[in-house]
Amino acid sequence: MNTQSTTPHPYPRADVDPPSGSLFPHKHLLGIWNLDPTTIKFLLDTADKYVDQNRQARKNTPICAGLTQINLFFENSTRTLMSFEIAGKRLGMDTVSMATSSSSIKKGETLLDTAATLNAMHPDVLVMRHADSGAVKLLSEKMECAVINAGDGRAEHPTQGLLDALTIRRRKGKIHGQTIVISGDIAHSRVARSNIYLLNAMGARVRLVAPPTLLPKDIDQLGVEVFHRMDEGLKGADVVMMLRLQQERMKGAFLPSLREYYQYWGLTREKLACAKDDVLVMHPGPMNRGVEIASDIADDINRSAIEKQVEMGVAVRMACLDILTRNLRGGEMQ
Amino acid sequence: MTDIYSNARIIDPATGFDDMAALVISDGKITACSQDINTPDGANIIDCGGRILCPGFIDMRAHAVDAVAAPAGGITTIILQPDQNTMIDTDAVVERIRRRAEDGGSSRVYPMGTATQRMEGVQLAEIGQMQQSGAVAFTDCRKSVANAQVMRRLLEYSSYFDALIVQYPEDASLAAGGVAHEGETATRLGLAGIPVAAEAIQIERDARLAEMTGARVHFSLISARESVDAVRTAKKRGAKVTCSTAPHYLMLNDNALEGYRTFAKVMPPLREETDRIALIDGLADGTIDTLVSDHDPKSADVKRLPFAQADHGIIGFETLLPLALAPVHAGKLELMTMLACLTSAPAKLLGLETGTLAVGAPADIVIFDPDRPRRLSVDDLLSSAKNTPFDSLPVQGQVWQTIVGGKTLFRGEP
Repeated sequence: MNTQSTTPHPYPRADVDPPSGSLFPHKHLLGIWNLDPTTIKFLLDTADKYVDQNRQARKNTPICAGLTQINLFFENSTRTLMSFEIAGKRLGMDTVSMATSSSSIKKGETLLDTAATLNAMHPDVLVMRHADSGAVKLLSEKMECAVINAGDGRAEHPTQGLLDALTIRRRKGKIHGQTIVISGDIAHSRVARSNIYLLNAMGARVRLVAPPTLLPKDIDQLGVEVFHRMDEGLKGADVVMMLRLQQERMKGAFLPSLREYYQYWGLTREKLACAKDDVLVMHPGPMNRGVEIASDIADDINRSAIEKQVEMGVAVRMACLDILTRNLRGGEMQ
Repeated sequence: MTDIYSNARIIDPATGFDDMAALVISDGKITACSQDINTPDGANIIDCGGRILCPGFIDMRAHAVDAVAAPAGGITTIILQPDQNTMIDTDAVVERIRRRAEDGGSSRVYPMGTATQRMEGVQLAEIGQMQQSGAVAFTDCRKSVANAQVMRRLLEYSSYFDALIVQYPEDASLAAGGVAHEGETATRLGLAGIPVAAEAIQIERDARLAEMTGARVHFSLISARESVDAVRTAKKRGAKVTCSTAPHYLMLNDNALEGYRTFAKVMPPLREETDRIALIDGLADGTIDTLVSDHDPKSADVKRLPFAQADHGIIGFETLLPLALAPVHAGKLELMTMLACLTSAPAKLLGLETGTLAVGAPADIVIFDPDRPRRLSVDDLLSSAKNTPFDSLPVQGQVWQTIVGGKTLFRGEP
């Protein structure tokens, strides 16, 4: 065998882990982009079990006792951070959370210095959110432990994608073949991207509905149908996912006003009538009532799955923490 | 003292000469170039082994004087951009840089001065005084002069001095906040985009102003197919516009950003495959006049950051020749055309006496092997920083000797 160690690798290392017999052949969970359908199904199946467990009085299974989970959030978040904390605690992890106000980033420390510091504390899982696309990947290259992306810039928010998929699968029975509409600020949304990759991988038909200013260039090349009119996009839809509209978008000349946005792209009962009768309405939260979604729709228990999504969030995050730490626990399977 | 470089394939893009011949240098000047040379007594004969000998490269866009790396890349003249620690915006700074460069032992350095004061795009810089002190052109470097009235006045005023105005073609408001080419890759990676139109619009506007004022405008770096078209159209109309591109735009497209590789973060951004091909075609048909390195050493500290925060910039001195040779080897570009973009064309634009092998010209020459296969390696590079996406890339072509004013500054392996 030729063992010439000095020969440089001809191409940069591919961004894919080597094939193995593992059901989750990755060290980190950085995005949905590089997950195959089997892996996604494995994550969803595992999360399904935790949904049932979370509905019992005794919600904790301390399978991860003794392991340390650090939640490192460089961007404001309450629900995702809390969801990860609860998920970790229910698995018996020691969870520590660090939010942006108390971080040393403000003192000028670089991300890689932060990684080195955290590495020295020997965490077993690091959950991270950052305002820059690709920042979590950069940090993961220097971390010895598993890293979960809790949202990076506009790029990916994989656990949100998984919890949305789990919600759809449980309510509709399957993802394959469903017509799923994502509407709102697609351009600045990591939730939209993770959902597009995931739903496409699982065989759904994905449609995007947004004003042209909120759609990024060449988004149609990601395998989605693009609409600008709500009634056209919603026609025959099984699921509609509304995205949060950031109020700052008025300043960048993306939109004239919230009032006009609501008139054309806000989800009202009238517009929703174009979709199927049993359409499922979703929103990653926090909602702007009367901006992207009418209150009566958000509160319609027959259609809205918004609170279900939050519930699924904890289960999905427990599944991710469980799966990513299995190698530390002797690889036992649940 | 006389040096005779014999057994060389001598190419002089200034005259179109391309043949086996010998070149004679005495007292730092070229004294003869022909097939049969009488060897004077005591002459030092250097056998070039059939390699190519041509005028030394003139790099019209460098952000640092990397004194060791430049000769290693065959670059005998560095045109330094004004974005230095001390901005080159007065005659005093120009003079200081000229004096430091004349200490010798390195490639020639000519600075470009700023086009407007502090590169703010409001008041004209002291173009006359800076030119008198040795500034060869005027540019706001990575900022375009955005205000059309200021640009018009700048062109009118500089035409009195026949000074070349170099514009960075980017409409700042369209490009604001962008870090990558606006397209599928940036959309997928979640990066803010810079549309192609930001570049083309600036070129089209300034071409009109060039026609209106009769002045010359040079676009410092173009990256897109639409820009090549815009320059080609303007040239056809008779506008005095010229432009440059850099080898990385001929080698890479925005796929290189995959995995958030900040070494591929450059300004203007790497664009799509159709743009890459259009740039090579633009060089081949003469729409693009010069090739520049855009040499910009950056430490790992400012590169190993999240993509949006990381600095842009790439080192280019030592990769200039092998990368520029790639489309030549691929049969897409004539060797003579490519070498003209590195020698006679920039010399003519800037009014330099180098860039030619004419008798009496300063003996600035480079001798290189155009075919030698090798793998680029950052460990072999002499640059002050190693920010290049071309590590381990297989290339052909290597500089053998670089001579400035008759003095050999770089000597590669025999």
